[in-house]
Amino acid sequence: MPAKTVMNQEDIRRTLSRIAHEITERNKNTSALVLVGMQTRGVPLANRLAGLIQEFESVEVPVGALDFSLYRDDLNRGNFNPQVKSTDIPVNIDGKFVILVDDVLYTGRSTRAAMDALIDFGRPKSIQLAVIIDRGHRELPIRADYVGKNIPSAANEDIRVKLMEIDGRDEVVIAVVEDGS
Amino acid sequence: MTEATAPLETKSWHRRHILDVDDMSPEEFETIFRTADAMKDVLARPIRKVPALRGQMVVNMFYENSTRTRASFEIAAKNLSADVLNMTASASSVTKGESLTDTIRTLEALGANIIVMRHQLSGAPYLAARHSHAAIVNGGDGWHAHPTQALLDLYTIRERKGTFKGLRAVIVGDIRHSRVAHSNIWGMTRLGMQVTLCAPPTLLPYGLEKAGGMMPEVAVETDLDRAIQGADVVMTLRLQRERQQSGLLPSVGEYIRRYQVNETRLKKAATDALLMHPGPVNEDIELAASAAGGTASTIDRQVENGVAVRMAVLYLISGRQSEL
Repeated sequence: MPAKTVMNQEDIRRTLSRIAHEITERNKNTSALVLVGMQTRGVPLANRLAGLIQEFESVEVPVGALDFSLYRDDLNRGNFNPQVKSTDIPVNIDGKFVILVDDVLYTGRSTRAAMDALIDFGRPKSIQLAVIIDRGHRELPIRADYVGKNIPSAANEDIRVKLMEIDGRDEVVIAVVEDGS
Repeated sequence: MTEATAPLETKSWHRRHILDVDDMSPEEFETIFRTADAMKDVLARPIRKVPALRGQMVVNMFYENSTRTRASFEIAAKNLSADVLNMTASASSVTKGESLTDTIRTLEALGANIIVMRHQLSGAPYLAARHSHAAIVNGGDGWHAHPTQALLDLYTIRERKGTFKGLRAVIVGDIRHSRVAHSNIWGMTRLGMQVTLCAPPTLLPYGLEKAGGMMPEVAVETDLDRAIQGADVVMTLRLQRERQQSGLLPSVGEYIRRYQVNETRLKKAATDALLMHPGPVNEDIELAASAAGGTASTIDRQVENGVAVRMAVLYLISGRQSEL
C-alpha cells in the first residue's frame, strides 16, 4: 500500500506553533525552560519550537540534543542500532523545566530511556514531553504533555515524520508494513 | 567537515567477536570510532556510567600479566554497568591442567556474556571463539594481535589528525614480537596510511617480501634517521631486554644509539607528528624520557582513549548476543 500523507508542511508548521503557545502558557517562567530534542528528529523539532517561542515571547530558550541509545532496555532483543549519536545539554538542568521533544510517541520505551539519560545530567524541576504524533500502543505508563496529532494506528502501520532539516521536506506519512519487510 | 565527522552510512553491526582488526572494513572501524566518540562524551559527564550492559557479565581472563589493558577493560565494563569478574590463570584451575575450552565452558556456565582474553599463545582467542557462546575479545595473544590497542591507537590518530588517508607512520622497534605492531599494520594500511617498519633485521617479521599475502604492503627501513623523515606518526615499541640474551641484539647500548626515538630524531619527523607508545615505556631505551614527556607524545591520551574505545567494543558486541 502506498504511503499516505497525514500532515503536510503547513499542518506541521501550525502544530508546532500551537505547541509553542501551549508550552509558554503552561510554563509562565520561560527563563527556566530548556528544550531537549531526542535524537534524531526531536532535535530539529526542539530548535523550531525554540525559534517560535523566541518569536512569540522574545525569550531565548536553550536547546539540547539527547541520545538515549545507551539507556535502552532492548539491547539484546534484536533491535540493535549501533549508531550512538551525540548528546549535548548546553546548560545545567537542575531546577529547570525541561521539555523533551520527539517526533513520534509509540511504546513509551524511548521516552523512559530518555528520561533516565536526562536525569544523569541533573535534577530538573519537571520533565514534560512534546511530540508531533501520538500513535498509541503504549507499553509503559507514559503520556505526552503536548501532542500535535493523535493517530490511532495499527501495529503493522509505520508512521514517519519527515523534516526539512533531515529528509528535505516536511510531512507525516503513514504506510502499511508488509510482513517480513 | 573533516573526514572523521562526515555522515556514516553503516547501519548495522555483524561482528560477534573481536579477535583482530585484519579483516575489518573501513566502515567497521568508523562505527567503532563513532561509538567511542559517544563513549568519550559519557566519560566527560559528572556521572561516568550508563546502563547499556546492565545485567551482563564481562570476564577478564588473563593468562598473562597486564596492568593497563585489564584495568582499562574493567573500567570500560563498569562504566557500562556490567558485572565484572577478573581472573588470572595463576589463580585458576589452569595451573591444575584445565584446558582452555574447559575454562571457557565453566565461565559460560557461570554466566559470562563477554570474555576478554589475554593469552601467551597466538591464536588462543580464536580457539576460544570456536567453542564459546559468549563473545570473545582478544586482549592480546602471543606475538599475533592486540586489536583493542590498535583501535585505540587509530582512534587517537583520528582524534588528532582528523583523517588517516595519506598519513605516513613509522613503527620502530621489535616488530617481529609485537602484537601491537601487527594489528596496527593491518589497521593503518586498511585505513589508507602508509607504513614504514624500522628495526634491526633480526627484529623484523618473516615474510615481509611477500606483500599482499601474510602481511599488507609496507616499507622497510633499517636506518631510523632515514625512516623518520617527514613521518606523521612515530610509533615506538617496548624493547624486551631478553632479546639480547636470545641473540637478536648485539647490545642494548647499540640499539639505543641506532633506534632510540629522542627529541633530535623527532625533529626530522613532520612538525605536527604524533609520538605514540603502547606502554609501559622503557625510559631512555626505546624512547628518551624527554621525548616521552614532550608535546608530540600521545602516550597518556592513548591510555585515556583506551577506556572509550573498549566501551565502544563491549557495547557493539553486546548488541549481537540475541542472534547467537
